[in-house]
Amino acid sequence: MLLVHYLREDLGLTGTHIGCDTSQCGACTVLLNGDSVKACTVLAVQADGAEVTTIEGLAPEGGLHPIQEGFWEKHGLQCGFCTPGMIMASAQLLKSNPNPTDAEIRKALEGNICRCTGYQNIVSAVQYAAEHMRTGASEPVGAGE
Amino acid sequence: MGIAASIGTPIKRREDPRLITGQATYVDDIKLHGMLHMAVLRSPYGHARINSINTEAAKKHPGVKAVYTSADMAGIGTVAVAVPLGEIANGMGLHGPLAEGKVRFFGDPVAVVIADDRYVARDARDLIEVDYEPLPAAIDIEEAMKPGAPLLYEKFGTNVAFGMHPPTDEIDKVFAQTLTDGGIVLKQRIYNQRLAPNSMETRGVVADYNKASKMLTVWCSSQNPHILRNILAALIGHPQHQVHVIVPEVGGGFGSKIDIYPEEMIASVAARKLGQPVKWIEDRSENLAVAVHGRDQVDYVEVAATKEGKITGLKVHGISDLGAYCQLFTDVIMIAFGFPVSCGAYDIPVIHLSADIVFTNKAPTDAYRGAGRPEATFVTERVIDLVARELGKDPAEVRRLNFIQPNQFPYKSAAGAVYDTGNYEAALDKALSISNYQALRAEQAQKRAEGKLMGIGLSSYIEICGFGPKGSAPIGLYESARIRVEQSGTVMLYTGSSPHGQGEETTFAQIVADEFSIAPDQVMVMHGDTDSTPEGRGTYGSRTTAVGGSAAYTAAVRLKEKMKLIASFMLEASPSDVTLEDGKFSVAGSPQKSVSFEDVAATANTSNTLHPSIEPGLETTVFWEPEACTFPFGTHISVVEIDKETGQVELKRMIAVDDCGRQINPMIVQGQVHGGLAQGIGQALIEAVVYSNDGQLMTATLMDYAMPLASEFPHFELDSTVTPTTVNPLGVKGVGEAGTIGSTPAVANAVIDALGVAHIDMPFNAEKIWKIIHQK
Repeated sequence: MLLVHYLREDLGLTGTHIGCDTSQCGACTVLLNGDSVKACTVLAVQADGAEVTTIEGLAPEGGLHPIQEGFWEKHGLQCGFCTPGMIMASAQLLKSNPNPTDAEIRKALEGNICRCTGYQNIVSAVQYAAEHMRTGASEPVGAGE
Repeated sequence: MGIAASIGTPIKRREDPRLITGQATYVDDIKLHGMLHMAVLRSPYGHARINSINTEAAKKHPGVKAVYTSADMAGIGTVAVAVPLGEIANGMGLHGPLAEGKVRFFGDPVAVVIADDRYVARDARDLIEVDYEPLPAAIDIEEAMKPGAPLLYEKFGTNVAFGMHPPTDEIDKVFAQTLTDGGIVLKQRIYNQRLAPNSMETRGVVADYNKASKMLTVWCSSQNPHILRNILAALIGHPQHQVHVIVPEVGGGFGSKIDIYPEEMIASVAARKLGQPVKWIEDRSENLAVAVHGRDQVDYVEVAATKEGKITGLKVHGISDLGAYCQLFTDVIMIAFGFPVSCGAYDIPVIHLSADIVFTNKAPTDAYRGAGRPEATFVTERVIDLVARELGKDPAEVRRLNFIQPNQFPYKSAAGAVYDTGNYEAALDKALSISNYQALRAEQAQKRAEGKLMGIGLSSYIEICGFGPKGSAPIGLYESARIRVEQSGTVMLYTGSSPHGQGEETTFAQIVADEFSIAPDQVMVMHGDTDSTPEGRGTYGSRTTAVGGSAAYTAAVRLKEKMKLIASFMLEASPSDVTLEDGKFSVAGSPQKSVSFEDVAATANTSNTLHPSIEPGLETTVFWEPEACTFPFGTHISVVEIDKETGQVELKRMIAVDDCGRQINPMIVQGQVHGGLAQGIGQALIEAVVYSNDGQLMTATLMDYAMPLASEFPHFELDSTVTPTTVNPLGVKGVGEAGTIGSTPAVANAVIDALGVAHIDMPFNAEKIWKIIHQK
């Protein structure tokens, strides 16, 4: 059983999406022990004993992670289907590179396909998040705002 | 402090909180008690006879509830066609939900397995034995038209479903006269390649049937819930009032989720037969093979122009590749949507349009972002550059010379469409200014001297959208809005529009809130459920704000009048003296005497002393039909550099100046343009559906079908002009498809400019470009 099916079907965590069948699209990206993986390419059993973070677990209780805030502020999503994976991949990027250039963001997100946004506002969203995470300027924002 | 108007402001989307936290429900997230899973067995051949199908082993597999073939679909209707042209009206190209006797494209559904879980369904599917007799396939569209080509529908003796070949006397005269006057006539064959829409969420459906109430509930990733409901009910023979469609979150559509496909029909029939919910989720390989493809059109164009570059006549012969079957708009994409705008932004006095539409052993084609207009615009924009190149003139100036002028609107084009408003020169000039065009041309000259390949391409497009006016379609293409103002003052808007990323929960709230002089947060926008929303037509063809927004606006205006009347009684004033501002009704000249929006809402809903002339409650439904289509326009400029060693095209700059009329939310407008540009550039540079000569789909996964990635685009440079439309009260033209329509020809013109050739067909992948460079 693939990790993505385990998350979606056994655990009911449907925020992680399936967009392809060849590991191209990245919609299934989650964090496995803090590092991003495509959950369609990990067997559930390989995650035994590991810490898995899905989109549902990214934000502090009742708030939003700066990356989520960035996507909201900068209109980094339209249909939302690629978004959870895109956000998790961005989390990995900002962990390794807290101050990326636009080109570095675009390169790092090559494993996540979006058909709606043309990527431009996704880049802006990640820049917004990077800035807020660097300066610690972000207070958890109520998710209802 | 007043409530500022919301229209025109880039407020954040209210859709986002649930989407960015993974709390939204897409159709694959739906889990019902007792739900079964459907797997589809599909043809591995592009064209074959079915001699026999043996489902016995599959039926016996543990966990399998049913296995169906076409025999089990007796009495079910054929996949819906909106306007059957030519022989399609006689049955050519129609198909039931499962293949009968023949398969006609790779992926054609042959049988389904319904089982306890997804894995069992697939395992059992593998046990179905089909005896196929492969047949030669008709793949190349022009070959498919020739005598002796393999026939998809033998009884019709041809693969051509319909042809339109009007007499050419007038255009022949124009061409002859132009030559006599010292002008030119050019000819070119132009191919617009087949594309896969590839929304990130594939298609899917959950059908649930209650045997006692006979209620069929269908969750579907669809662009049009009411059309789905009506057509599904008719095709499966179920009373319309007992079909309830719910469209949850939709992960993109781009036209591929308009049609009512076989799988929705089969899942519904299965649920009804079995009395258990049936879920089918398309995987990506299926999506690439069977979700409708876009484009695939060959055009033979001839243009006559004076030696100054003024076009005197245009002749376009279009050949549309329908694929193997006719689905909802398959046969009319080119003729009904593309042809009417074939003169583009240009004042062309005479145009001759002829057509052939042809079946081939490929997936059915249908609407894909732009639906006919990208193909037509591509031809027109290539023609301008061909004329410019032949005459040694600047393509920007040839465009300017031919533009329809602002004082010519409404403009009746020789191709048929009547354009609402436009100012094409203003958009061109803005794009030229942003691009620093003269400097670019100087840079190009410099780089050419150094032996480098730099290209600049323009496209001054128009497009037709906001469908549609009376008489333009076989059924009325109005849009609906029901507004209820609740006792609390919260405004509920139920719309027939059906978004899949366009943000109408936000933009419609802005429209309605402004009319009621309240904050957008006070307006809730509901959509997708055929039980709660009035009969609507859905979201495609850039119609949502132009038509759906106008319906919402009109409903708000109507309720505002009633609220003013109620307020006038509360204020003891004449209704004509009552104004609504800052969320308060007051008497003109006596602002201290006021009642709030919420006061009036409460009164309307609860008062037992309303004046007898006033019906209690505050609810109205509007069906709004446009009187005409709208015509967004703009100019895009592309700058490319080509690596001589590898043939790789690099898009250095993409400038887009678009005019969609009034902008409700500029941030959302820009997002639509970004997405449109990405798809248009994708077509120009990398995307193509490819079949082998015997009908095998070569681009069957995302490893083979190139999808644009984040690293492949420059930062898009956007700007806009605003020329409101006169055909709706909002002045909105629509913007969903404009980015795609304008960008493809701009990029193509840039690449062709870089190489200094007359024409090359897309996509401009490295191998193709390298060969051209090294054969020169």
